[in-house]
Amino acid sequence: MDNRLIVSSSPHIRADESVNRIMRDVVIALLPATLAGVYFFRIGAVKIILAAVIAAVVTEALIQKICKKPVTINDWSAVVTGLLLAFNIPASAPWWIPVIGSVFAIAIVKQVFGGLGHNFMNPALAARAMLLASWPVQMTAWVKPGADAVSTATPLAILGGEAAGEQLPSLADLIIGNIGGCIGETSAILLIIGGIYLVYRGVITPRVPIIYIATVAVLTFILGGFSIQFMIYQVFAGGLMIGAIYMATDYASSPVTPKGQVIFALGCGILTSIIRLYGGYPEGVSYSILLMNVAVPLIDKYTSPRVFGEVK
Amino acid sequence: MNLLSFRGGVHPPHYKEATERFKVEKAKEPDRVAIPLQQHIGAPCEPLVKVGDKVKIGQKIGEAKAFVSTPVHSSVSGEVKQIARMLTPTGEVECIVIEADGLNEVHESVKPKGDIENLSGKQILDIIKEAGIVGMGGATFPTHVKLSPPPEKKIDTIILNGAECEPYLTADHRLMLEDPESIVYGLRAMMKVVNVSKAYIGIEDNKPDAIESMKNASKGYKEIKVVGLKTKYPQGAEKQLIYACTKREVPSGGLPMDAGVIVNNVATASAVAKAIKTGMPLIERICTITGKGIKEPKNLLIKVGTYIKEIVEQCGGYNGNPGKIILGGPMMGLSQHTDEIPSTKGTSGILVFTPEEARLPEPKACIRCGKCVDICPAFLQPLYISAYSLRNMYETAEKYHALDCIECGSCSFICPSKRPLLQSIRVAKREIIAKKRKTK
Repeated sequence: MDNRLIVSSSPHIRADESVNRIMRDVVIALLPATLAGVYFFRIGAVKIILAAVIAAVVTEALIQKICKKPVTINDWSAVVTGLLLAFNIPASAPWWIPVIGSVFAIAIVKQVFGGLGHNFMNPALAARAMLLASWPVQMTAWVKPGADAVSTATPLAILGGEAAGEQLPSLADLIIGNIGGCIGETSAILLIIGGIYLVYRGVITPRVPIIYIATVAVLTFILGGFSIQFMIYQVFAGGLMIGAIYMATDYASSPVTPKGQVIFALGCGILTSIIRLYGGYPEGVSYSILLMNVAVPLIDKYTSPRVFGEVK
Repeated sequence: MNLLSFRGGVHPPHYKEATERFKVEKAKEPDRVAIPLQQHIGAPCEPLVKVGDKVKIGQKIGEAKAFVSTPVHSSVSGEVKQIARMLTPTGEVECIVIEADGLNEVHESVKPKGDIENLSGKQILDIIKEAGIVGMGGATFPTHVKLSPPPEKKIDTIILNGAECEPYLTADHRLMLEDPESIVYGLRAMMKVVNVSKAYIGIEDNKPDAIESMKNASKGYKEIKVVGLKTKYPQGAEKQLIYACTKREVPSGGLPMDAGVIVNNVATASAVAKAIKTGMPLIERICTITGKGIKEPKNLLIKVGTYIKEIVEQCGGYNGNPGKIILGGPMMGLSQHTDEIPSTKGTSGILVFTPEEARLPEPKACIRCGKCVDICPAFLQPLYISAYSLRNMYETAEKYHALDCIECGSCSFICPSKRPLLQSIRVAKREIIAKKRKTK
């Protein structure tokens, strides 16, 4: 034999799975909600989504170029971050809001800590928290769905009593997403469909979203005075769906052990309910997930699974 | 059928279609064989012949001096040409090279040893030892050692492994179809040796014909139960198989006998039957020669010591340039850098990849997806063990139970970032064990 044989340690075959495929699946899962956002909020939404995604991808490429690292923008992960960030911004925000957010998400939260897989917080959520703290007016200038951009309040703000005089939207509008709010968090049903797709493709396990949402449902029912209506609005309005399905399941910033994921999801649910019901702030998803993100190394450490054959 | 299984595992494509319907053919008589004096875990044996000696088929040519060691026998009749260290599938080992004379004379020691009924357990054990029988699933652990547990270990069950969970391989499958009686006979002999009255034969459900065939062959024996296993890798891994059949967990750091079980491969049982019935020691085995890099994939009955190159030639040769040659299956087999090496008692398969299939994937950063944790059949966290191993932090890797890794490779298989998980865990294991030896 004159040619060279490849010698390597087993296994010699690999699954078709790849990082690109996983990230592309997340983008596909987010597409229906993206289209709904564009439908409800028109050109405003298009502007924000494009600005966020382009800024995220360009920032990633630039930083990797500068640091002389391989450019990995074709793994779709920057697209996912940009898209998720855009979902968390109201359609009326000026274009520079998503740009600053994306640059912060990619440069500070992701690349400074070592890039994909090393970020200890969800980049999109951390960026949203930063934007909300820095530009609270622009970040809460909600508009009604439609072309005219009439300002409105979110259902959660109305429910919390901060927007007196506003009418609560109907349940059907709430679930379809025909309500005021951020671009991508309004249509609960489309976000759930995307989530089912991710579970079907094996990208996420339903563990975290189901426990998170169920915890919020149970707690808001009990603590909210045993009102079914109150509970349903708490579950379907605001960022719970997008947070539970797409943000709390972020690989890098959530536990890897099944038991850890349960604790993580429970923690997110409890914090969200407490912030919403007792905090001075109608929405609590972002901060709950971010707080739990920080606890992940600890959770992982104390939830090491029992090894096969080990007596604990 | 109620399928048994374990928790974790992966579903690699089976790739068995290429050979699963091909009857086992007898390979061409080799002109020359190189028989390694060490084909198993344990001590090498010492040559009983010298250059120029005439030997016959079945003649013992290497004697085992240590307990964990087995003798080797000539697989051809002819003349000893050389005794030297040579390359074998597991590294450089002393080999006896014999040139065949084509007469195929059988040695006079090869004669029927009697029947299970009138042989004692001790006698059967001696036959197994003298016949040089080792575990034929790949690890080639001496069978007589397995069947001699210390008296304080109470064994109540023997499990025969017919799972053949490695993709591509069909050698055990064909054996179960073509000679199921020998498997049952060998199993009964082993049951007599360790004096147990319960046995399972576990077979993955992607081989329904094999399940059927073994059920028929074991009909008269109530103590033998043929069980269908879920087709999932590594269903044939010893500890996972024991769990699937008995729901017992082999304790961490322990051996199957600590769970009261002895596991043997179906091919090993068949070899035991042959040694008792005909007296022929283990000198040949069924091997699956397959993969896109092989022109005519086949199941061949090959003589131990036949060169891999010659076996491949009998299968139409290579399909273009071979990219990778693997002895065994794709999940746990050993890749070789040459085909000028002899086959051994453990050569269950010769798998040849094309250069495209052989190309190594580019590893990317770990994204902490947790898939390796989900599928690890030993319930480990491969991502952490691997990460600590890569940073030379072997003590931390040990705290994450690196030594409990069964090296099945499921983590590396599933990893979307194509990280060398098992490869780095192996390094950690070796370092930890080496350090333990030093401190002893």
